[in-house]
Amino acid sequence: MKIRTFSIGGIHPEENKLSNDAATQVAALPVQAIFPLSQHIGAPAKPVVAKGDKVKVGTMIAEAGGFVSAPIYSSVSGTVLKIDTAVDATGYRKPAIIINVDGDEWEKSIDRSNKLETVEEHPELTPEEIVNRIKVAGVTGMGGAGFPTFIKLCPPPTAKAECVIINAVECEPYITADYRLMLEKSDEILVGLELLMKAAKVTRGYIGIETNKPQAIELLADKCAKKFGGSAYEVEVVPLKQRYPQGGEKQLVDAVINRQVPAPPAIPVNVGAIVQNVGTAFAVYEAVMKHKPLFERYTTVTGKKLRQPGNYLVRMGTPMKDLIAVCGGMPEEDSKVLAGGPMMGKALTSTDVPVCKGTNSVTILSGEDAVRKEPQPCIRCAKCVSACPMGLEPYLLAKLSAVSNWERCESEDIVSCIECGSCQFTCPAHRPLLDNIRLGKQTVMGIIRSRQAKK
Amino acid sequence: MNFMMIAVAVLGVIGLVAALVLYVCSKKFAVYEDPRISQVAALLPGANCGGCGFAGCSALAEALVKGADAGSLDGISCPVGGQEVMGKVADLLGMAIANGDPMVAVVRCGGTCELRQKVVSYDGLRSCAAMNACGAGETGCGFGCLGCGDCVSACQFDAIHMNPETGLPEVDEDRCTACGACAKACPRHVIELRKKGVKGRRVYVECVNKDKGAVAMKACKAACIGCGKCAKECPFGAITVENNVSYIDYTKCRLCRKCMAVCPTHAIKAVNFPAPKPKAEVQTEATPSAVKPAAQPKASTTTKQEEEQA
Amino acid sequence: MGKLIVSLSPHAHGTDTVERNMYGVIIALLPALVASFWFFGIGSVIVTATSVAACVLFEWAINKYMLRNERTTVCDGSAVLTGLLLAFNLPSNLPLWIIIIGALFAIGFAKMPFGGLGNNLFNPALVGRAALLVAFPAQMTTWPKVGQTFAYLDAETGATPLSIMKQAIKSGDASVLDRLPDSLSLFLGNHPDGAGAMGEICALALLLGLAYMLWKKIITWHIPVSIIVTVFVLAGLMHVVNPVYADPVSVVLSGGLMLGAIFMATDYVTSPMTHRGQLIYGVAIGALTVIIRNWGAYPEGMSFAILIMNAFTPLINNYVKPKRFGEVAK
Repeated sequence: MKIRTFSIGGIHPEENKLSNDAATQVAALPVQAIFPLSQHIGAPAKPVVAKGDKVKVGTMIAEAGGFVSAPIYSSVSGTVLKIDTAVDATGYRKPAIIINVDGDEWEKSIDRSNKLETVEEHPELTPEEIVNRIKVAGVTGMGGAGFPTFIKLCPPPTAKAECVIINAVECEPYITADYRLMLEKSDEILVGLELLMKAAKVTRGYIGIETNKPQAIELLADKCAKKFGGSAYEVEVVPLKQRYPQGGEKQLVDAVINRQVPAPPAIPVNVGAIVQNVGTAFAVYEAVMKHKPLFERYTTVTGKKLRQPGNYLVRMGTPMKDLIAVCGGMPEEDSKVLAGGPMMGKALTSTDVPVCKGTNSVTILSGEDAVRKEPQPCIRCAKCVSACPMGLEPYLLAKLSAVSNWERCESEDIVSCIECGSCQFTCPAHRPLLDNIRLGKQTVMGIIRSRQAKK
Repeated sequence: MNFMMIAVAVLGVIGLVAALVLYVCSKKFAVYEDPRISQVAALLPGANCGGCGFAGCSALAEALVKGADAGSLDGISCPVGGQEVMGKVADLLGMAIANGDPMVAVVRCGGTCELRQKVVSYDGLRSCAAMNACGAGETGCGFGCLGCGDCVSACQFDAIHMNPETGLPEVDEDRCTACGACAKACPRHVIELRKKGVKGRRVYVECVNKDKGAVAMKACKAACIGCGKCAKECPFGAITVENNVSYIDYTKCRLCRKCMAVCPTHAIKAVNFPAPKPKAEVQTEATPSAVKPAAQPKASTTTKQEEEQA
Repeated sequence: MGKLIVSLSPHAHGTDTVERNMYGVIIALLPALVASFWFFGIGSVIVTATSVAACVLFEWAINKYMLRNERTTVCDGSAVLTGLLLAFNLPSNLPLWIIIIGALFAIGFAKMPFGGLGNNLFNPALVGRAALLVAFPAQMTTWPKVGQTFAYLDAETGATPLSIMKQAIKSGDASVLDRLPDSLSLFLGNHPDGAGAMGEICALALLLGLAYMLWKKIITWHIPVSIIVTVFVLAGLMHVVNPVYADPVSVVLSGGLMLGAIFMATDYVTSPMTHRGQLIYGVAIGALTVIIRNWGAYPEGMSFAILIMNAFTPLINNYVKPKRFGEVAK
């Protein structure tokens, strides 16, 4: 059977899945937990606690700041030290709630048992109830982007959802958190998928997994057949070719159901698909069935020079340096500490930055891996054009951005760029293509927004 | 000979026919342009820098003529040509213009390489816009100058250059035309257009850091900590402290420099003032040197009043 | 602990470099180089060595003394490549001073003034060849015969397959074509009376180079295949209509077609940036080559065809865009 994949472009970086076989361990509680108010796409959350307040694990400390927003819950029990600014993954100081940790007392409403709850046992779970519980629990996209999940489950009136696609691709090198999650919590993930399908009012579901995870494919295919075989739901585990950016939303939809999402402002639901990360599916299970808001997540801590790469169940708010210390401490050489993988991760300016809702990995690149080579002039080899998964011409967009030709940038579809970095990865001349394109894209999007605002 | 005559005649006829065609075309397809537009354009500097907000000098000339017909030249002026040029343009169009003060670009960051230590190393496209998108930059201050020189690239008058020792840009005030290109290019809005001031003297806060005092000081020894002493000291109400940073309103500042004396971090800078006399002589000449600065503000105040009355 | 480094994503890079691509092409040219030394002997060694040395020297000198660059670009392999390709277009009995002038044209005229690697509009080796053809037509159109191992300037010259074809067309006599070497000899280059430019002589060697470049992903199949197929089809049509035109297999294997299709037209800088654009480019080159060969004054049309299409590359780049993801069919 031909392995499916997306239609245009793509690259094949080295896997480096160093922590593939490391079973997930529970990370130790931090001494002080930092909760930036902006951990998701949309308006920052608004604090509902003040200095000196006592909180438990699962206490809401910030409410949603708007429609496109999500509440934040404390992952620790202790006392609120202050509401101040702290450096987050963007490199800037942003408002954050800082809590001094004391013990590990949980809110009573959270069900901490290991019993697998099923949808059949809970007839009270209407689609609206499921969406509401997801919203209240503050579940956002766990793949890194952090879009509030409940909004994705309520498509705009112009679009009709036909299926839910679970993104278990994990195409970025180094990251293994989703893989371990699938091996260890497969039953819960499938209940989560069922909840998502019910909430979205669809009966078809897909789980996309790259072929470099054969154990996960086998396990989930087996469990899917047992769980959904003969039920109203049609769920298929789809093995996908190992290629970056297979896990990009649009590429995944193209690979799984062979439909291409048009240029922005179109979104996957415009072609009938709702895409959710497998970690989000798990968070949905916990939120809906265990009344557990989102405050901890599976994170990979990895790097070639790290003594013991591993996968951890981390409470959000834990500073990265704690995790790095558990794995053997920072390497001697000059290094980059990335929140995320090497292709799309953000380089951190400090290891005090806390783990947030979208932190799927802490990747440390050292020595030669951490520095870029000197760029040379463009040799017009067109390899970037072949690599671009969106069918754009990166060499041209980079040049137009550098000379500030915004009109032409717009007509060359710069807003379709998904910032995957395939072009810069491929360029033999080591040109900073994405650096330029990203600046151009932001400027053009600003121009388009102000143009629409004037109308 | 015959051939030559024929050749000359033929070429001559072709030339005449072409001239006739051109003449007819120039009359029939002529576009009427108000002659004043080209007259005004001739007075403008012709640099096409865009500092006026229009797409070049001829576009500005058009806008000025339209403005004159509409009754006012307010808001349409050439910052590069300044008062001199605008005066001539106004005379040509039979209009009056408000007297504007000459402006100059001011870099409001004092975080030199020495005072503001690097905490990380940036590897990538050497552009302020790119570094700004990456994070706070190489230091702990997320508001200050990034040092990659986007402002230098934007300047068309060779009026701003990076100082390699301090890592900050320096404005050559003789060349600066206050077109605003550097201010627009700076992603941190560190550069501001301020009044050049009498005798080129101006006082401003050399910091735009909005972090709390302790955080700002940790990142940079010359930071404004928002203590507010300057605002309390200013006799003219020209200083406001907002978001942990102080700002001097250049329309109200009288250049008395009392704020400078009380600033604990020396974040307030004064430009083009005479150097203070050495300490030993200050005791005896206390009165004269104390009077001198006081006299100047008075002089400039009166001049301003005279101007306003004019 | 070392210091923290930050930059924008991506933080990983593939193993491809400019040097790998340039030296990869040079490696792909090695079979043709060996073939040229084998068939044309010492003359070919002298011409190749001079051409390469002159190109490298001119690039280094221009970089250092005229452009005052701190770093020279000679090490990226592109100057060596230009030297090799220029040599392959030349007869093996060309005097040294003419070769040097050719190198000067190639590097100093067609490459460096435009901005060096990546900015030239025309293929430098072809500009060098075209300039020499126009300036020294006699020396550039007399081709030594194969098999003269120790001859250089005094090599015996002979008729090339293309000149035979030209004669057939001019005289209108199809029997002239009987003098053409058979296809196998054209393919291997070993016909006793065979003559031609150094790099063109052995099609097999060139195809080995193509295979290597495709394997190493240095080029894609689009340009070579579109040129060769177009020429084959057009020459075939013309041969069927009028036998005075040679058969398509001979046409494809003769002259600079294989060298041009595989190494010259595929030059990164001067060819289009999209696959569709490359196909259009290849078809046009093929058509122009056939037209110039059959109706033009010169027996060889490949270099001019490529140079003409080089001028059209920016136009092709402007109008032929890759298929956008999610493009809604209009």
